[in-house]
Amino acid sequence: MKTVYSRPKSLKMAQFHYCPGCGHSIVHRLICEVIDEMNLQEKVIGIPPAGCSVFAYHYLDIDMAESAHGRGAAVATGIKRAFPEAIVFTYQGDGDMAAIGTAETIHAANRGENITTIFVNNAVYGMTGGQMAPTTLPGQKTTTTPYGRDSILEGHPLKISEMLALVKGTTYIERVAVNSPANIRKTKKAIKKAFQTQIDKLGFSVVEILSPCPVNWKMSPLEAWRWIDKEMSQEFPLGLIKDTTGRKDAD
Amino acid sequence: MSAGLTLTPESNKMKGFITISQEFCKGCEICISFCPKKIISRSDRFNAAGYLPAAFNNNGECTGCAICALVCPEVAIEVYRD
Amino acid sequence: MTKVLMNGSSAIAEAAIRAGCQCYFGYPITPQNELTEYMATNLSRRKGCSFVQAESEISAINMVYGASLVGVRAMTSSSGPGISLKQEGISFLAACELPAVIVNMSRGGPGMGSIAAAQSDYFQATRGGGHGDYRTIVMAPSSVQELADLTHRAFHLADKYKTPVMILGDGILGQMMEPVKFKHEAPAEPPIRHDALRGAKGRRSKFIKSLTSNDTELEELNWSLFRRYELIKKKETTYETFLADDAELVVVAFGIAARIAKGAIKTVRSEGLKVGLLRPVTLWPFPAEAVQELAKKVKHYLVFEMNMGQMIEDVQLSLEGKGEVSFYGRPGGVIPTPSEVARVISRLYYQKGLSK
Repeated sequence: MKTVYSRPKSLKMAQFHYCPGCGHSIVHRLICEVIDEMNLQEKVIGIPPAGCSVFAYHYLDIDMAESAHGRGAAVATGIKRAFPEAIVFTYQGDGDMAAIGTAETIHAANRGENITTIFVNNAVYGMTGGQMAPTTLPGQKTTTTPYGRDSILEGHPLKISEMLALVKGTTYIERVAVNSPANIRKTKKAIKKAFQTQIDKLGFSVVEILSPCPVNWKMSPLEAWRWIDKEMSQEFPLGLIKDTTGRKDAD
Repeated sequence: MSAGLTLTPESNKMKGFITISQEFCKGCEICISFCPKKIISRSDRFNAAGYLPAAFNNNGECTGCAICALVCPEVAIEVYRD
Repeated sequence: MTKVLMNGSSAIAEAAIRAGCQCYFGYPITPQNELTEYMATNLSRRKGCSFVQAESEISAINMVYGASLVGVRAMTSSSGPGISLKQEGISFLAACELPAVIVNMSRGGPGMGSIAAAQSDYFQATRGGGHGDYRTIVMAPSSVQELADLTHRAFHLADKYKTPVMILGDGILGQMMEPVKFKHEAPAEPPIRHDALRGAKGRRSKFIKSLTSNDTELEELNWSLFRRYELIKKKETTYETFLADDAELVVVAFGIAARIAKGAIKTVRSEGLKVGLLRPVTLWPFPAEAVQELAKKVKHYLVFEMNMGQMIEDVQLSLEGKGEVSFYGRPGGVIPTPSEVARVISRLYYQKGLSK
């Protein structure tokens, strides 16, 4: 009897605080699997955001440092500029990266910082109880859009990944999801490629991960997983958004 | 971690086997719906946190495909195969 | 020992480089642009160093946070409005016990204010403009030489106490040129702090954070910071006195205002008025003991500031009622002249019937 699947080495033996069916813990596990496979445990520094995943350092057995809400890209810039040998990734939610942290994100990308952003998009502010996020869908009910997001009043879902693709400094951007076996495998591949992009010093890489948030979406875990296919990925289509890593000049 | 479940394979055509941590599982039932063989069900015994964790029906159907572990948000499942 | 004629902002930058500062993150704002530009010219090409003009002061202070995490000496500079934007970052630096140097070449305020020199950021600097029980060491130079010396000291104190340290200059000091001697050479291989976060190599992984859901853990953090602040008060408080030994009236002023006051004091001294000066160099910790010492023989104080009266509160607090405190201030970037201040001093001196 050989073990086919078990906990990645760099994932601490700790029980997640996440809600049942949450995508964060899957993303954590995938990051750890990639860290194990690429032997990065001693070189990587992670920057969790303010949000449900702020406690990522209780789970990822790597060096981590918390950043103020939205400032991950700036903190990562500081780390990378001061210590270029480190492999630095920010772990950010949709509010962290595309609301309060928009400027930091866009400008770190524009400088072509050699960092990786794991962008977990669950269309709400999870930790604070399910408020509207920049990526909340039109008509989606949240605690701050109780009548459904009204585009006239609250605007449209922000396609930050597509926006970042326009910025020269980004070289690899892909949108994936953790709501099915196939998508979870693709997510792991994307995370691996993003880290490789950084290792090869090819510029700013982003992996946007559509992630279920059953409790705040007021759905069962399975319904939430299905909702990503039915609704969310219509607004946020999965797939490769940018990949100029092939060309060395990464122009 | 897999309190109470016997580990010894029962039938000779056994190919795969899984263990589900009763305490780590939060009863999200994702593995139940994605298991191709439909051999995971909801246990009727609450765990310490008050969830009804998933339970593995060890009827020899398991192929060790590890889809359950792949989709498990709690890394509660370990998978073994011949 | 090189002696150079330099403006204040550049002197800070040169002193920082010589103190082993490896990372500078800034954003344009008058009146401190020369500092940013000096770093762009002289730090960016140094081995192992890096210069970034960030997209905002908020981003810049968070880059400092990042560089400090991995154990290198890092710095940012700005003026009032930018320092306001950095307050959250400074609170995080204090909470995570991370050293950093922040320079505020302050200007007229509030609001967009003016680009002239002012001292109206005293409260913001000394009372901690950000959230939570934390203090920052604040030092107020009053000459270009002192800008350089205190910058060097700022990096030393930041590392020694693992805390953010602020240099509170002003628009005049930043722009004016004076000869300055640099007493230190830049270290060939700037040291990396031993407790830096540089990847879990040869040790268990660790994390640096300030969020906790455990109240006692946060209380203990506050107490540990508090114990450190008491130590800083005891060991790092610095000030200067000028002609205060036989003084009947002591002017209390810091930074550029202290230099103006010195001019005024020389004038009134020549007319026989026994007036002295107390110039706090560390605004936090405030030299309360020095005030208590003076209070044993001096009853009258004139606090002179280029604001609406902020340091006056620390003077009154330190005196604990053992002296009469008057105030003369010119806010909004107006720069009083020594003769103007001399008139105020002598009028007060006579009103109080002090002996000649």
